[in-house]
Amino acid sequence: MAKRESTFKNMVVALFMVTLIAAASLGLVYDMTKEAIETAKTEAKNKAIRNVLPEYDEVMGEYRIATTPGDDSLEFYPAYKNGNLVGVAIKTYTKKGFSGYISIMTGIDAEGNFSGYEVLEHAETPGLGSKMDIWFSDAEKPNQMVIGKNPETARFDVSKDGGEIDAITASTITSRAFLDALKKAYESYRETEIKPDESARPASK
Amino acid sequence: MNQWKIFSKGFIKENPVFILLLGMCPTLGVTSSAINGLGMGLATTFVLVMSNLVVSLVKSQIPDKVRIPSFIVIIATFVTIVQLVMQAYVPTLYKSLGLFIPLIVVNCIVLGRAEAFASKNTVGSSLIDGLGMGLGFSFALTLLGAVREILGSGKIFDIVIYSEDYVTLLFVLPPGAFIVLGYLIYVINKIKKA
Repeated sequence: MAKRESTFKNMVVALFMVTLIAAASLGLVYDMTKEAIETAKTEAKNKAIRNVLPEYDEVMGEYRIATTPGDDSLEFYPAYKNGNLVGVAIKTYTKKGFSGYISIMTGIDAEGNFSGYEVLEHAETPGLGSKMDIWFSDAEKPNQMVIGKNPETARFDVSKDGGEIDAITASTITSRAFLDALKKAYESYRETEIKPDESARPASK
Repeated sequence: MNQWKIFSKGFIKENPVFILLLGMCPTLGVTSSAINGLGMGLATTFVLVMSNLVVSLVKSQIPDKVRIPSFIVIIATFVTIVQLVMQAYVPTLYKSLGLFIPLIVVNCIVLGRAEAFASKNTVGSSLIDGLGMGLGFSFALTLLGAVREILGSGKIFDIVIYSEDYVTLLFVLPPGAFIVLGYLIYVINKIKKA
């Protein structure tokens, strides 16, 4: 087949057809995957909540709190078992990481202690800062654990800054950022309405 | 050139990474582990095969002066499809490859094959060329990722080989990518000459 001449009309028609077909097929694929993408996102979130909290039946009454105006808000997911509050999962973040933004799902149990955490998103150095996903939950090394503690009973700073948590070796900046995110979560948790002993909903108690 | 030669040239003789040195951005960026390299390689393979196929199908309909923009639109469409599908069905892999998926659009290999091969050859040959080049690229990325993962984190495909206390962290960091790539290029060129 002979090649089309590069006349103005031919060029316009060719580009129009190419972009038209591209747009149509993209719309189709977007429609087909929309639901699956949503499901995948919700599933990832639910899995994170399950990992950071003690066993629970259901999550109810999610809410958000903006700590600083114009900035991302923290997401709160109160979890109940047999109508009693067992803890609140909090999606928190910090921008003080070695490579900026870090997003963490953390859980605070009914006693007000951290019950777990999961790093959702980060760009820290692999092998150094990225170790935070296990470092602060190592049950054999109580000095670097955050689980079972809270900022009122233990000072949530790295030991270099006079705190009670050992920083990740060679990753003090990441460790500071991590604790910053946790402290932020705890402060907003304290300010919120729901307290473990007077859970407003559900009423059955 | 027979079909087998078209297919196999992507692995050693004209390997996009080790011989042509194309697509260095994803090569150096995502290969901190073997699975990331493989995922990136297969995503690129899909885009290569599909764009080669479509470009060779429509080549006679596209006037020469607008061929590059047309090819870019075709490639970008397939990249976006890959991105949406990965986000929906393999969210963990999508998360670790992140930014590099949309960057397949500007990967020199994809446009290079469209321009240098698919726009001049038949549909069948173009398909085989895309597949061979894509798998050659996947092979290179997986190899690079595997070497870096073994040296840098003591694992391969997430299976622990030796303790993390003895690893050389440098290899999972960006400089490690350059060092390993340099040695692999040397090795592959030796094999090619032999």
